[in-house]
Amino acid sequence: MDVREPGDRQQALAAAVDKVLAQFHPQSEFIFDELVVSLPPQAVKAACQLARDDADLAFDYLRCLSVVDLGERRQVVYHLYSTRHRHKMVIKAALPADMPAIASVTSIWPGANWHEREARDLFGVTFEGHPKLTPLLLWEGFPGHPLLKSYPVSGLEDRG
Amino acid sequence: MIERLDTVDMMVNMGPQHPSTHGVFRMVLTVDGERVVAAEPVIGYLHRGVEKLCENLTYRQIVPLFDRMDYLADYNNELGLALALEKLMGIQPPRRAEFIRTILCELTRINSHMMFYGSFGGDAGVTTPFIYAFRLREEVQQVLESVSGVRMMPNYIRVGGLKDDVPEDFRDRVARLLPRLREGIEECDSLLTRNEVLLARTRGLARISAAEAIAYGLSGPNLRACGLAEDVRRTEPYSIYSELDFDVPLGQNGDAWDRYCIRLEEMRQSARMVEQCLEKMPEGPVMAEMPKALRPPPGEVYVRAENPRGDFGVYLVSQGGDKPYRLKVRAPSFCNLMALERLLVGCYIADCVMVLGSLDIVLGEVDR
Repeated sequence: MDVREPGDRQQALAAAVDKVLAQFHPQSEFIFDELVVSLPPQAVKAACQLARDDADLAFDYLRCLSVVDLGERRQVVYHLYSTRHRHKMVIKAALPADMPAIASVTSIWPGANWHEREARDLFGVTFEGHPKLTPLLLWEGFPGHPLLKSYPVSGLEDRG
Repeated sequence: MIERLDTVDMMVNMGPQHPSTHGVFRMVLTVDGERVVAAEPVIGYLHRGVEKLCENLTYRQIVPLFDRMDYLADYNNELGLALALEKLMGIQPPRRAEFIRTILCELTRINSHMMFYGSFGGDAGVTTPFIYAFRLREEVQQVLESVSGVRMMPNYIRVGGLKDDVPEDFRDRVARLLPRLREGIEECDSLLTRNEVLLARTRGLARISAAEAIAYGLSGPNLRACGLAEDVRRTEPYSIYSELDFDVPLGQNGDAWDRYCIRLEEMRQSARMVEQCLEKMPEGPVMAEMPKALRPPPGEVYVRAENPRGDFGVYLVSQGGDKPYRLKVRAPSFCNLMALERLLVGCYIADCVMVLGSLDIVLGEVDR
């Protein structure tokens, strides 16, 4: 167990992340106790692979995969955790709203499978290389993507 | 004369209406004789768009919706939401509220694990454990009811504390409940755990290695059954868990039997925690000084809490205002259920329901 103060540990982690992911020009900041790293979408998969395989980072656990609709952009957020080092990190990538596509990370964490299918259902984000990107929570042929801000709460069908 | 007999894989549909599928759930099995060669869980039948609804409700109105996701862990869900907002707004709930929250959450854990115990017996084909579990659940339920006034979906934990203080006789009632609980847990243990049929049917069933469990994102008792000491109450303590003395039970084989045993042991540990909370619980207010309207500053926060079913995550994005801009829930059952397609491969059809039962899922939070 590392006995240093959380602040020091996080700074050390931030330095390690900057070093390992240097080729992708990450922009990192701290939001509360989370180290948040913003990356260009095309770098995310390779960066995730490195973040999992590097011995100092060892992010072997995908805590959560979320999408946030920011109007012109759709932000994909990966919350990572390392069961070996017990540290955590967030990776963010902003996709253009007219072509929201990003490489799937299911080959890195099989647990990303349903998260990505859910994100496609609710936000219309395409995960390239996903083994089976079919509707998960919604039925086949469901019109629209309900969690987009442009989608009415009452649904599309009820509007006359 | 037929020279050679070929076998053909067959598709078998289980659910969604089948009572043994633990809610509104369907699995499509591809079987070769009695063996499962591929399994596809089909979910979504209970999808209510909770996250969308949350974006259009004020923070105080969201609490009841959280009750309705994992309805067997309602207090724990409410706590998760409260933790997220308190972190974002920099609110420290009073000590007394923290202790009461912990007591309620741990009692709910016992309640939830008892539900698992009862239904797991049912999955194995015996009904008696169910009756024992529900007799005990009833006693816990009555204490919880005396606090919030309802048996389910209490809407009791508020941002900054609790809706009300507990009734005057709360301490006595919980103190009286504890020995009954311990007795009941031992009774349940002796009734089913060493049963030869259960042993034969669960040991080695649906094994998963620690590395694979991590990759699939398993959490809670399902992950600890693989021997990994991942318990948010220990690794990232929230509320007052760092002040409590408890063990994190671990399995060795990652099979259905280990998952069952861990939940039994966790009930004992929860009882220990409740006992310590009763001793340490101070007098005082149960609500922090709060602004009239809940308007967290713009920003984002991700909190984790150890629910009965595992790692419960709340990702809250605020742009100011009294409603969340985005509220994503990482439901432990959602991630645990994902591993089913891997766990079922190689099992007999007759064991499928037990494998599902051993994961202890609640479809309310899977579909949200």
